[in-house]
Amino acid sequence: MTTDRETAQPEIGNSAVLRLPESSGLDADDLGEIEFGSGEKMIVNMGPQHPSTHGVLRVMMELEGETVLRCKPIIGYLHTGMEKTAEELTYAQGATNVTRMDYLSPLANELVFSLAVEDLLAVEMPPRATWIRMLMCELNRMSSHLMWLATNGMDLGATTMMIFGFRERELILSFFEKTTGLRMNHNYIRPGGVAADLPDGWEEDVESIYKTVLFRLDEYDEFFTGQPIFRERVEGVGTLSAETAIELSITGPLLRASGVPWDLRKTMPYLAYDEVDFDVIVGTVGDNFDRYAVRLNEIRESANIVRQILDKMPKGDYRAQDSKVTPPPRARIDQSMEALIHHFKLFTEGILVPEGETYVAVESPRGELGCYLASDGTGRPLRMHVRAPSFVNLQALPPLLRGSLVADAVASISSVDPVMGEVDR
Amino acid sequence: MTESKPNETATDQTIMGLPVQKTPSGQKVVFSDVSNYHKLVEHLFNDGFNFASDLCAVDYLTNINRKLPDAISPERFEVVLNLLSHGRKERIRVRAMIPESNPTIPTIVDVYPGVENMEREAFDMLGIIFKGHPDLTRILLPEGWEGHPLRKDYSTGRVPVQFKETLGPR
Repeated sequence: MTTDRETAQPEIGNSAVLRLPESSGLDADDLGEIEFGSGEKMIVNMGPQHPSTHGVLRVMMELEGETVLRCKPIIGYLHTGMEKTAEELTYAQGATNVTRMDYLSPLANELVFSLAVEDLLAVEMPPRATWIRMLMCELNRMSSHLMWLATNGMDLGATTMMIFGFRERELILSFFEKTTGLRMNHNYIRPGGVAADLPDGWEEDVESIYKTVLFRLDEYDEFFTGQPIFRERVEGVGTLSAETAIELSITGPLLRASGVPWDLRKTMPYLAYDEVDFDVIVGTVGDNFDRYAVRLNEIRESANIVRQILDKMPKGDYRAQDSKVTPPPRARIDQSMEALIHHFKLFTEGILVPEGETYVAVESPRGELGCYLASDGTGRPLRMHVRAPSFVNLQALPPLLRGSLVADAVASISSVDPVMGEVDR
Repeated sequence: MTESKPNETATDQTIMGLPVQKTPSGQKVVFSDVSNYHKLVEHLFNDGFNFASDLCAVDYLTNINRKLPDAISPERFEVVLNLLSHGRKERIRVRAMIPESNPTIPTIVDVYPGVENMEREAFDMLGIIFKGHPDLTRILLPEGWEGHPLRKDYSTGRVPVQFKETLGPR
């Protein structure tokens, strides 16, 4: 296939972003004239139901033989208007909405929404709420990356890895279920704190999770990193340069794999990330192998952070004691009329957020997850926009797939790690 | 709505003659109109803001008299651009006013190629036309969709889901 690739290169041109307008797509009448010989180009739709496109992603590809000349991701199959829905929900209900966007890291979504609301409200968080949020988000990062290792393994034909990844993720999801009551879409991190305190004995659970995951990661290392067949499939495939990545607003493991040490947890710390010690994992060439290595080692760093949180978890309240945000305790509602009125107002009118606008960003497992929130002083947002990392990162597909084989395209799409719930919102 | 917060600083500096404000939590915001928008973005790019984090549009139909600097006249739509400087670890936000009568603004894909998808989304959801965009088509909604759902005058729950007949491969 190397000869094909060489001949394919000059026709592509030098443009960094390759576009395929809808109008230049295949016409039905042309179908009869296509000959599947050499030198003939062909436009093929991959998806939206292809299992390896991680949801309903459709990629239009122009192929010559098995070489991808250019491609265009087509999205929107999962669009449900969640940003419009957010305008009709109170701030207290908002977290249930955003948690359904990136369903593999729901806690990061809840976190960024809550941080945005709290930024407008100017509420101070008690330290325990901050550290619980950090613990949950790091566990979520581990589970999300494990899920990625599993699906990426499956895309490359390693079915064992799929079973392994899901097995370890299950440990974390069980802990989430114990803490929040749900395995996904937790609505646990809310404006004003978290929904509940950590369960009794959470230290032992968390300790067993990070120890097991760290032990199993060494197994994956043996299983994948040194394995010649795997390296052959991923090394040098889907290279993304640092300049292209920054130009295209790529964030997260993709950007770091290209050699840019940019991690919001380190560079612009939020929560209490400046009080824990961890490394930013950076790749060199930005190929599929680097993206694999960055994610694998980020699980190690997250386990490292979780271990430190275990030692440093402060005592105290798990939600802000601000009566404008937090409903009064159940016992007081029976005794105090004011408490009852307050409770009623909070749940009918919602939290009243002062007029203003803000943009808050956190580092989700997929990159910079931002929330732009504009308030007009009522109990519902005027506009809630989520900057979804997968949505922006999908722009990396055209340069990634350019000149690669269809079989490698599957691996490259997987290495972008798009979550379609977040892309389409 | 008109009372000003004590910790909200008044216009304390300008960029290219355009007013700059800080939100109560310290986020820097530059206000612009359509004519200065592209020049301002180019200036900020040359100033070290090498990364476009986010671009979205907002419809202020129900809250047209929001707090704005005196030099800026309120319009119905705003395009909100969040820029990031990797070197200085600093963010800045551009809020560009767009009139309802002609919701058109120059594209900045030539400065930040990464906003291509975001501008398409703003066009799809709010009908802002980005002049010079290489591929300004609907991105999340089907091609034949009528209206722009995130506009405040687009009601929810009344419009039946519209699916056109399959036209064959496009």
